[in-house]
Amino acid sequence: MILPDERGYFGDYGGQFVPETLIPVLDELATAYKEASADKAFWAEFEALSRDYSGRPTALYLAQRLTENCGGARIFLKREDLAHTGAHKINNALGQGLLALRMGKRRIIAETGAGQHGVAAAAVCAKLGLECIVYMGEEDVRRQSLNVFRMRLMGAEVRPVHSGSRTLKDAINEAIRDWVTNPDTYYLLGSVVGPYPYPVMVRDFQSVIGKETRQQILDKSGRLPDYIIACVGGGSNAIGIFYSFLNDKEVNLIGVEAAGRGLSTGEHAASLMAGTVGVLHGTKSYVLQTKDGQIRETHSISAGLDYPGVGPEHSYLKDSGRATYVAVTDQEALEGFKLLCKTEGIIPALEPAHAIFHAAKMASSLEKEKTIVVNLSGRGDKDMDIVAQALEVKL
Amino acid sequence: MSKIASVFSQPGHKALIAYVTVGYPSVEATLKVVPLLADSGCDIVELGIPFSDPLADGVTIQKSSFHALQNGVTPRLCLELAGQLSQKVDIPLVFMTYYNPVFSYGLDKFCSACAGSGISGIIIPDLPPDEGSDLEAISQRQGLDLIYLLAPTSTGERIRLAAQRSRGFIYLVSVTGVTGARERVPADLEAFVTRVRKAAAQPLCVGFGISTPEQASQIARIADGVIVGSRIIQLMEKEDDFASLAELVRGLRGSIDKISGQ
Repeated sequence: MILPDERGYFGDYGGQFVPETLIPVLDELATAYKEASADKAFWAEFEALSRDYSGRPTALYLAQRLTENCGGARIFLKREDLAHTGAHKINNALGQGLLALRMGKRRIIAETGAGQHGVAAAAVCAKLGLECIVYMGEEDVRRQSLNVFRMRLMGAEVRPVHSGSRTLKDAINEAIRDWVTNPDTYYLLGSVVGPYPYPVMVRDFQSVIGKETRQQILDKSGRLPDYIIACVGGGSNAIGIFYSFLNDKEVNLIGVEAAGRGLSTGEHAASLMAGTVGVLHGTKSYVLQTKDGQIRETHSISAGLDYPGVGPEHSYLKDSGRATYVAVTDQEALEGFKLLCKTEGIIPALEPAHAIFHAAKMASSLEKEKTIVVNLSGRGDKDMDIVAQALEVKL
Repeated sequence: MSKIASVFSQPGHKALIAYVTVGYPSVEATLKVVPLLADSGCDIVELGIPFSDPLADGVTIQKSSFHALQNGVTPRLCLELAGQLSQKVDIPLVFMTYYNPVFSYGLDKFCSACAGSGISGIIIPDLPPDEGSDLEAISQRQGLDLIYLLAPTSTGERIRLAAQRSRGFIYLVSVTGVTGARERVPADLEAFVTRVRKAAAQPLCVGFGISTPEQASQIARIADGVIVGSRIIQLMEKEDDFASLAELVRGLRGSIDKISGQ
């Protein structure tokens, strides 16, 4: 079965729950994307720039000392932290930037949580000569000030969002309001969330991660991995690495959500683990909401996972059982963070630190013949202030 | 004929529709202001069920929604208040909200509760006809009108879709943008209304950005109804004194009636 269907649904999830103003705009986008997808020249340019600008392919690295430390399964890291701008976000920003250019749209808006998507969008817009406006929750502007500075250096205008919880979800609300007001603008959405065709388009641009991983693990170990582990906020890096393995039933796909201060405290961002089905930002999916259908405020030490929804394809993969989802707390993520720093000399972003923790825990209980691939979706430079604070170190 | 349809059945009469956020600035204010709106000349009142993420709304209604949620307003409370209000006023009351609170309440349960509270219709800006089939069927069984919206960006195909499916009236969004008072009526509005008129038999009501009697009379010239929201919310900020609000509504009524020659 090819998913999504023609209405943009992955099983029960997805769709286009947006104001009427945007429906024709989404239709135009879906058509343009379909045409671009069928055009070899479009992908040739995407691949050439992925190589020369983003630095792809990123390495698949056997984390030997981490593996020894855990004393079980071999752990490989897909090094998206080595991609230009420091995270996998560049893949999607580049793809959509090229699409915007093809559609003749020169004003680009984007939202950002941790700032990684904002930085990637700013970089691509600078490179392609496009105007870039990034909406960012006031709270995130504060906790990710370094990324704000980066975006501004590359010519983007960063607009702090003061409404609601002043984090990623509010930045998306504000970006959608801008888009409703300026339907000629291109909205460069950063994850596999939002109305159709975003969950598909973003997945396709991110699926380069899984395609490379598949070839690389075959080259290195002669067989497919037993487990693939990735963190899930909106879920773009996870879908990106899962997608090429969906039909390989022997490969276990595991998504790691943010359990924040613990699932029982209610202060977390684990939509799939603890949410219920709802509609947020134009798509039907698992959502963290109150019993009255109000979207709940979330918490995670990592701004990039701090989102009350999740991509509709993840909801589908959860219900179908093809992928399993777990949650890791702030404290555990910090342990994963420190572990990778000490054993491998790699400072991960706090988002994939959740996946690292879970992988390390699992590896210990598995035989040495098993292999795990972790998507190391970004590097940790942006998180130094937060980690220092959490470890009670004064910089 | 539905209660909403009967508003538009008097020849030459143009409808004045007001929006209030339930529980803003207080529950008492809502109970007081809806009868006042009816007495001052409104034909329909939209009761806004507040939602945490109102992405089609501008700053004014974002703030009133946030405030109402802080006051503890829930869909259940809105239904209760609607029940009380429908005893007090004769005009149709419709709910305006986003899809998630309705979906979370349960479509069946919500629609039957609406019918039980004397609600006549539902407007959901983030539910286009493409996603509305379920709610349409259920609301129809309860005798509720599900009112769809059209925007200046709507293509001929979209207009035909709304013309086939919208009940009660069609809500025309005057501008590409969010709710909120604006200085002038867009120049291309007449062409937009004309385009829809060719395809649709329903009454056409125009909202978003309308705040003054002058703007209302411009709209009344070309459409069947005028919807005013953010300006009303702004005037409700001072809870005790609705004098200026009543004055605005009477002014809107007067300017609209002048057009329809009543």
